[in-house]
Order: sequence, then C-alpha cells, then structure tokens
Amino acid sequence: MKYMLIMRAVDQAAVEEYQQRPFEEIIAEMGAYNESMITAGVMVDGAGLSDASEGAVVDFAAEEPVVTDGPYGELRELFNGYWTLEVSSKEEAIEWARRAPLGAGSQIEVRRVTGPEDFPQDNEWIQKEQEWIAEGKARGN
Amino acid sequence: MTPSDRRDGTAETVRAARAARAVEAVWRIEAARIVATLTRYVGDFGLAEDLAQEALAAALREWPRSGVPGNPGAWLTTAAKRRAIDGWRRREVAERALALVADAQRAHEAEAAEEAPGDPDAIGDDVLRLVFISCHPVLSREAQLALTLRVVGGLTTAQIARAFLLPVPTVQQRIVRAKQKLAAAEVPFELPAAAERGRRLGGVLGVLYLMFSEGHVATSGPDWMRPELAMEALRLARVVAALMPAEPEVHGLVALMAYTASRFSSRIDAEGHPVLLAEQHRASWDRALIGLGDRALERADAQWARRAAGSGAAGRGDAVSGAYTLQARIAACHASAARFADTDWRRIAEIYRELCAVAPSPVAELNRAIAVAEAEGPLVGLELVERLAGERALAAGHLLPSVRGELLARLGRDDEAAAELDRAAALATNARERAVLCEKAAAVRDRDPGASGP
Repeated sequence: MKYMLIMRAVDQAAVEEYQQRPFEEIIAEMGAYNESMITAGVMVDGAGLSDASEGAVVDFAAEEPVVTDGPYGELRELFNGYWTLEVSSKEEAIEWARRAPLGAGSQIEVRRVTGPEDFPQDNEWIQKEQEWIAEGKARGN
Repeated sequence: MTPSDRRDGTAETVRAARAARAVEAVWRIEAARIVATLTRYVGDFGLAEDLAQEALAAALREWPRSGVPGNPGAWLTTAAKRRAIDGWRRREVAERALALVADAQRAHEAEAAEEAPGDPDAIGDDVLRLVFISCHPVLSREAQLALTLRVVGGLTTAQIARAFLLPVPTVQQRIVRAKQKLAAAEVPFELPAAAERGRRLGGVLGVLYLMFSEGHVATSGPDWMRPELAMEALRLARVVAALMPAEPEVHGLVALMAYTASRFSSRIDAEGHPVLLAEQHRASWDRALIGLGDRALERADAQWARRAAGSGAAGRGDAVSGAYTLQARIAACHASAARFADTDWRRIAEIYRELCAVAPSPVAELNRAIAVAEAEGPLVGLELVERLAGERALAAGHLLPSVRGELLARLGRDDEAAAELDRAAALATNARERAVLCEKAAAVRDRDPGASGP
C-alpha cells in the first residue's frame, strides 16, 4: 500500500532556527535519509517545495476567494515537501517518518494514498480523471 | 471484573497489538542489517539468525511497555549481542567458546575499523552476503524462498506462512533445516568469487522472480493473487538493485515486476474474477509503479549498453540483453499503450523473438505466437501454436489449449475452440482460472454458428 509522508512546518521560527546549520549538512542528512529509503526498496516518489515567499494562498472563507502572497500572514502550517512510499503497513510508513532528519517546528503527516479501489468506478468524472492520468495529460512530467 | 477493568483490558490489548505491529515494521526495515552485522560478529550465520530472533522476541515483550526506542535498529543489535555474550559465558564447551570469542574479537576489530564514520558500503556488502547465502544452491527452492523472506525481508514466520498458505510449524521447520544444511555444507559468509558471481546472481534473481510469480498468480488454491508477497519480492529486488547497481538484469527484473504490479488492481473485478489484459481498465494501472518500471528499465538498458560498449563485440548499437530486461521491455510496451488497440504487437512479437533466442522456452514461444496472432492475424499465430503441440513442457498445462482455443474461436472454428477450452479448464490448477476458461467455452458454444470475434 502506498503512503505519503507530508512534511509540514508548524512553527516557522523553530524550523529556521533548526536550519541555522551549514546547508551542506542539511543536504547530506536529507540525502542519506532518501538513500536509506531507496536502498530499502520503499521510496516511489518525492519532491520538495520552494520557499513560501515564492507562493500564494487562495482562501475560500469569504464569498469570493481571497489571494494572499507568501508568507501568508495567518497561515500556521506550511506544506514543504513529500515522499511517497510503497510499504506493507501504516506502522512501516510511520517508522520511516520517525527517521526523517527534522527538528522542532516540523511535523510529518502520514497518509494513505488512495487507489482506484477507493472510488465508485461507475462515476463519469472518476473514469475521466483516470483516463487523463493514463494518457499522461494529468502528469507533471 | 468491573466494566472499567474490561475497558482497561481492551485498551491494553489494543496498545499491545499496536506495539507488536510497530515492532514488525521496525523488523522489516532492520532485519537484514541486524542479521548481517551479527553474522560478522559471531561468525556463524545460523547462530546470528537465532540471536536476532531472540532480540525480536525481547522487543515484542518490552516495547509495548517502554515504547519504540529512538534508534530501534541499534537497540535490537545490542540486545542480540548481549545474548551472544551471555551464551558464550554459559557455554560449557570451552573450545567452541574460545573459537567464537576469537572470531568475535576479529569481527569486533574489523567492525570498529569499518564503523568508524559509518561505512554504508561495508554493511551493504554484508547484506549482499546475506542475500547470496539465503539463495545458496545447496538449499531447495522452498528453503531459499523462506530464508530470503525471513532474513533479508524481515518477515516473521507467521507472515511467511500466511504468504505461502502453509502451517507455521512447516515454515519454522523449513528455516531450521535450511540453517542446518548451510552449516553442514560449511557455506562461508562471503560474496561468491568473480567466476561464479554471474551464475549465483542468476540464482538470486530466480528466487525473487519465483517469489513474485507465486504472489502474482497463485499456483493453487482459491486466490488468484497474493499481492503482498509480490510486492515484497519487488521490494527485495530493489534492495538487490541498490546493492549491485552495475548488474543490468537486476534492474530488468525490478522493471518487469514494477510493470506487472502496476496492473494488480485492475486484474480482478469487483467479484474477485480475473480480468484479461484486453479488458483491463488501463486508467487504473498504477502510474507510480509504471514510473518506477520506466526508471529501472532505463538503468537496465544503460548497463546493457555499457557492457556492449565494453566488450566491443556488439558495439554497433545492438546490445545483447537478458531475459528479465527483454520481458520488462514487453511489459513497457503494454504500459505505454493507453488502449489495448494501441498496443504495438509487432514490436512485442520482435522482442519475444529475441527472448526466445536468449532464453529458449516453449512458454516464450507460445507468448510469441500470441503476439504474432495480434500483429498478423489469428491464422499465422495458430500455425506457430501448432508447432508447439509436441512440447512436453506444455503438454500437462492449460496454457497451450487455452491459447489454441482462443485463436480457434477468433477464426470462427467454434466446435474445435470449445473442445480446446474445455481441455484447458480441466488442466487448470487455479480455481479462478478454471472458471474463466469454462465461461469462455460456454460463450463460444452459445454464440451463433459462424459468428467470429472474441
């Protein structure tokens, strides 16, 4: 079964403090972590996101969606990147998450990735979406 | 017992079960490294495995109370080493103890030297030794499968028993006997010499492929697939690929498994009946696994090209390939066709021709006939199938009559087709497969005489 480990910053100041280390060191730790999951044969996919200052948030709280440029004012949690793992259980996904080289201010959310078996297969839009994916239209690469 | 006692009891049970699952998860991740490290430490693979199992049992007792330690792998290794030392202290045969202590001392020194700033290559080599010893040719295929899943995959005996639909004591016995056999044969804990490396690697890949196939199409029983076993085989193949990145066939095998696994969820319908390739809902194929297959196949191709360039013999672009890589290329053709009608059957037939040259087998010939039938029509395919009629390897199985029946049906020769499909159904050992063949035979009988098409 597939699980996504979602890396979030819940306390930006703490994360920044944790990252007050040589950039090389952070890269090396993250690289070793990724490699351990690749050599264990569980990592399927993963990506990191660029700084929030380059992004924007679209909020639907009001009648018209409100756009806020980064770093988003009130927003408490920042999604910073993810890994997709093919593992045998939720516990195995959690055990990999525990090993991530992160410090105070960070959280990893462990979520199962849905598959075709999770959706009604007779729904027209579900079928269409799957066809887009199959034809590569919905793929970023 | 008061209601609150019962509630606490239940909470306790739930907590214990959760902790047990956490221990199992840690074990899957750490087992190979722990057993490899211990083997180096005590100098005896069988003893190392026993000690590792004792440490696992200790974790199952202690972690539910204490929680999972920060570095669970180190905890387990230390627990096992402590048991080794206790064992040596208790042992009455001084000679043996001395020998082991001497080994341990050597190992310890070697380890201290290697572990200095953490040497992932050394531990990697140890894990590779573990792979080779688990798949050692002195062992039977059953023993190789069980031992590989246990020491490399970190599955518990109960999990292995479930995967193969066997009673737990049978699996236990298989593992004990396998370790005895390795000890009796004095199989050393080392990498095979260069001269036999290729053959031994072929054996390892054969074990992994058999494991995958066993999960992919169950040979007997009511289940059509046991996907967990196949996914474990894929994971272990990826582990070996990471350990031996210059071996093209390991990547080829990873690619083949990944492509095949990408279709798992569409191979069975809501009622649990198998769905044939032509009728599969391709949109539900797992794109992440197809991506994994694509990347592994690229690596396999690159390594084959490197070899061809290195040998100089096939330097004019036509790289020689292995059987797994070729089968992966066939699977890639299916994966890249958005609809069954888009399948490039000519290319597939061509790759099957190469496959029959590299690894001649009646089953590959039969598959080639199917591809040719799709590319050039059922009559041409049927002619190839007829040539296989005398093959002993196909005589007892359902494959030949089922393909023959299908092609005859396409040609509108319904009576012959129905008879062949009946024969195939009678020979099929998998209950689901048999049901599909019976349905097909019935469908051919029911249709208007002279009508053709699948």
